[in-house]
Amino acid sequence: MDFTDSNEEAEFRSKVRHWLELNAPETVKASQGLEGNALKTHAQAWQAAKAAAGFACISWPEQWGGPGGTLIEQMIFEEEEAKYGLGFPFFGIGLGMCVPTIMAIGSEATKAKFVGPALRGEQIWCQLFSEPGAGSDVAASRTRATQAEAGGAWIVNGQKVWTSGAHYSDFGLLLARTNPDVPKHKGLTMFWLDMRSPGVDIRPIHQASGESEFNEVYFADVSIPDDQRLGEVGKGWNVALITLMNERLSIGGGFGPNWPEAMQLLHNVPGVGNESSALAAGGIRERIADWYVAAEGLKHTRARTLTSLSRGQVPGPEASIGKIVWARQMQELATEVLDRLDQHGVLEDHQIQNSAAMFQQSFFMGAAMRIAGGTDEILRNIIAERVLGLPSDLRSDRDVPFKDIPSGP
Amino acid sequence: MNLDFSEDELALKAEARRFLEARCTSSTTRAVLDDDAISFDRELWRSLVEMGWVGARIPEKWGGSGLGHVELCAIAEEMGRVIAPVPFSSTAYIFAEAIINHGSDAQRERLLPEIAQGRAIGCLATSEGPGAAGMEAIQTEVVGGRLSGTKAPVTDGDIATHAIVSAREGNASGLYVVALSGDGLRRETLRSIDPTRSVARLSFDEAVCEPLGKSGDGAALLSGILDRAAIFLAFEQVGGADKCLDTARGYALARYAFGKPIGANQAIKHKLADIYVKNQLARSHAYFGAWAFAEGGTELAKAAAAARIAGTQAYDFAAKENLQTHGGMGFTWEADCHLHLRRSRQLALSIGGLPAWRERLVRSLESQVLGLGNSDGLY
Repeated sequence: MDFTDSNEEAEFRSKVRHWLELNAPETVKASQGLEGNALKTHAQAWQAAKAAAGFACISWPEQWGGPGGTLIEQMIFEEEEAKYGLGFPFFGIGLGMCVPTIMAIGSEATKAKFVGPALRGEQIWCQLFSEPGAGSDVAASRTRATQAEAGGAWIVNGQKVWTSGAHYSDFGLLLARTNPDVPKHKGLTMFWLDMRSPGVDIRPIHQASGESEFNEVYFADVSIPDDQRLGEVGKGWNVALITLMNERLSIGGGFGPNWPEAMQLLHNVPGVGNESSALAAGGIRERIADWYVAAEGLKHTRARTLTSLSRGQVPGPEASIGKIVWARQMQELATEVLDRLDQHGVLEDHQIQNSAAMFQQSFFMGAAMRIAGGTDEILRNIIAERVLGLPSDLRSDRDVPFKDIPSGP
Repeated sequence: MNLDFSEDELALKAEARRFLEARCTSSTTRAVLDDDAISFDRELWRSLVEMGWVGARIPEKWGGSGLGHVELCAIAEEMGRVIAPVPFSSTAYIFAEAIINHGSDAQRERLLPEIAQGRAIGCLATSEGPGAAGMEAIQTEVVGGRLSGTKAPVTDGDIATHAIVSAREGNASGLYVVALSGDGLRRETLRSIDPTRSVARLSFDEAVCEPLGKSGDGAALLSGILDRAAIFLAFEQVGGADKCLDTARGYALARYAFGKPIGANQAIKHKLADIYVKNQLARSHAYFGAWAFAEGGTELAKAAAAARIAGTQAYDFAAKENLQTHGGMGFTWEADCHLHLRRSRQLALSIGGLPAWRERLVRSLESQVLGLGNSDGLY
């Protein structure tokens, strides 16, 4: 057991620190107050600088312009980068899920076209999987792709939903129904497309939190050439599984206010009765201990995953415990802290209580995170079935042609 | 970065699993449970001594195996898995560690060979009544090298040859080693929730004692001893919790209701997934604790508290939900579910319960995050 860096790791960390010291503070300073396109341009410049220094997608193979480093080196860089608060939202989906899928399944020409530009931040990707009628059951996708003749262009019609970043993305990974006459998993095909293709209509979703971070994407007779197909016709579900496996690895959790922020805030909030502060209450102290244990437990679990990767083993679906634990905790932690603010907990006004506003945000984001990227319930199913080997849920739609599967009103 | 057992440690762990699964079945545990006259399995204990596991951490020059603490962690996990009815934790995790880390040269030379050869069994006597056993209000007193007072419950106190006892001497508090063979001692076996780990009341009346470590250093000494014990015990808890998950899974696949295995229902699947999540977190903390063990200081204190909390939560939950998964069958004497229910509670309480460990942890977090100067802990 060793939680410290090996000699090589320590050397790499010091190289990373040195580079960040030279480059990060200015980037942080320049990003203050930026929004929309200006923030995106700024983030792209940072990604390009990382790529030039060999710190972008560190574990990607050299063959595709990656630095060919190890996952542990990648984690070291992310740890050090996070100390500067430099986590831009634009690249996670592309670099974490879409482009790794292309590297696994795409033709040589497709890889050559996309891997380098994505790595350098020149192109941004979104993932077009979920639909109004296909959330947890994403294989029930209805967005239809039809082809007049073999080898010809595909015409796409339908609607995707909950697409993060569709409005600023250059390309998308699209899961579409190409054959409704076979069972649902067998009639899907995966494509990539230019998000500026004619017939693509992107509309922001007005979320429960009042914000708009996700989108609906409508397709009206969008034409996609056959050479933009990823994998064989009818094998889209196999491709989607590659993407989803990468999703579970990349949504580890950990963002948003955590136990230290709760302690700092509550230390200065008056307590009930004789308590010197809200932090002196026995109830909150027990919960802080439990939050610390869960948050640190996830960190150590990630270290175990990296250990098995570095030994050449493949991490399984156990990586999905991160989101189950963190999403729930995010919601509970926010609720508890707002409770301790008493009547002031309702105030979402940054002018009055700036330090508390992050908990109102995470109160809503916790609700979202328990659903995004696999609901709590679906993730429990995955652990029960793939890790523990318990029977699959009964699926009455499994051997039925897709067009005959009952759907809601 | 390497947060896993090494190949050598895994080989030892596999050997421990093979030996203990053959030698310590649930009948072994039940033999001690069913007979009030038996406090532990003497033959199993003898085997553990002979294999060098009781003296795992004792240097070879004193007759021990000279193994590292991670090897003992590997053995601990397997001991927890089989609910071993022996005074292993009291002797190997607490008594031997206390003498190795805090004993004088003379104490080491005298006591460590006794432990390694199986002639000494240790115990830790701190509790004097309900509630967390702190050092502040301690009643047991040392005057002129003689210790007087009453401690209960003391795990393995009825069979131990030596006790480490918390006491005050004048205004100072400290820990004392008492040989439980001389005059001035009365012991009484007490009924407990887990008779496979016996407990006793020890009444001292001017018993001869010798200080462990520096006088007046009691709180720091006790913290150090408990922190190290918490990490070994967390491995036992992880072993027990994983065994509960295996058992529950096996039953969920084999038991049919409504024409299908009960494990095909989401209510059961999600319950077992929840056990899995808690067990994984507990295992990660135990591994981190095994690393921090050698670091010492506040890193060790935080890691030990976190390992203790995660281990206790995991085994507690797994033991309860394993029984629940078994339905009515689970609440029979014949099913093994209650053996884990008992042991999980015994482990949850024996070196202090969750409320006290959570408070210790939060005090050190306050010191880390807010710079408040009360990280000394509760003891």
